[in-house]
Amino acid sequence: MIFLKTDEEIELLRLSNLIVSKTLAEVAKIIKPGVSTAELDKVAEEFIRDNGAVPGFLGYGGFPKSICTSVNEQVVHGIPSEKVYLKDGDIISVDCGAYINGFHGDSAYTFTVGEVKKEILDLLQTTKESLYLGIEQAVEGKRIGDIGNAIQNHCESRGYSVVREMIGHGVGRDLHESPEVPNYGRKGNGIMLKNGMTIAIEPMINMGKRQLIFEKDGWTTRTADRKPSAHFEHSVAVRKGKADILSTFEHIEKVLGI
Amino acid sequence: MAKQTAIEQDGVIIEALSNAMFRVELENGHVITAHISGKMRMHYIKILPGDKVKVEMSPYDLSKGRISFRYK
Repeated sequence: MIFLKTDEEIELLRLSNLIVSKTLAEVAKIIKPGVSTAELDKVAEEFIRDNGAVPGFLGYGGFPKSICTSVNEQVVHGIPSEKVYLKDGDIISVDCGAYINGFHGDSAYTFTVGEVKKEILDLLQTTKESLYLGIEQAVEGKRIGDIGNAIQNHCESRGYSVVREMIGHGVGRDLHESPEVPNYGRKGNGIMLKNGMTIAIEPMINMGKRQLIFEKDGWTTRTADRKPSAHFEHSVAVRKGKADILSTFEHIEKVLGI
Repeated sequence: MAKQTAIEQDGVIIEALSNAMFRVELENGHVITAHISGKMRMHYIKILPGDKVKVEMSPYDLSKGRISFRYK
């Protein structure tokens, strides 16, 4: 069942996503070599609670922390830990969710730690571009497959691969709603997008092969060939003519000075 | 948080349909129609109601699948 949101509901979603975006900016401030991922989690949880929201991921399906921190070859759902320290040259994907006024916000950004190799920067750049290409397709009258096709074409033409096991999703009163939004597909496939749908588009792009391995902790996924993987995510409302991006990277980029 | 999609799942055959199609009940309770993979047909792997099988699926169509393995 796909829930179409009214304009008021979309504004509430925008508020949830604003908190998420600001939380990611707070996390961005303290990312540097030598910081443990548990510290990032602590900062994020405090900031979310200070704003009157509840961490959306905490306890979702048994997830133990408030954010997902996936370092280098980890694709998504890395669990923050006191034992994982960031090193110079790492990339870390921080995925964050906040629940307020009955709605979930969901957004993710991949940060660089210190000096990162040029080839990894290219991967991040391509993934980010593909996210916006996907969002361009999220307008009324298009289909889910158009979004996936735009992302897949852009990334595979550069020699990267698209993760199949993990996909985007509808977002709203539940963190995961219908429809499923894969990052691959054929043009004109899948269900028709309607005005008022809210979806989270999140390309997960691997530098090597697309195969994943699920770690024993039940959450963390990493690439089978241990090559780095990038992940960016926006929550988007489907509109006529142009998609409405509910979350924003503006605050993050201000902190990073991009 | 990314959603984990069910692209490979286990299920139990509940009914044999014509044309090597089967009705399969997945572990999550959903009932889908699935056909045997060509490789299994080539090797004459027979499937009967009650067998446990592995089903491949696509997130684009959650009502159909492909049977890729029959457990002993």
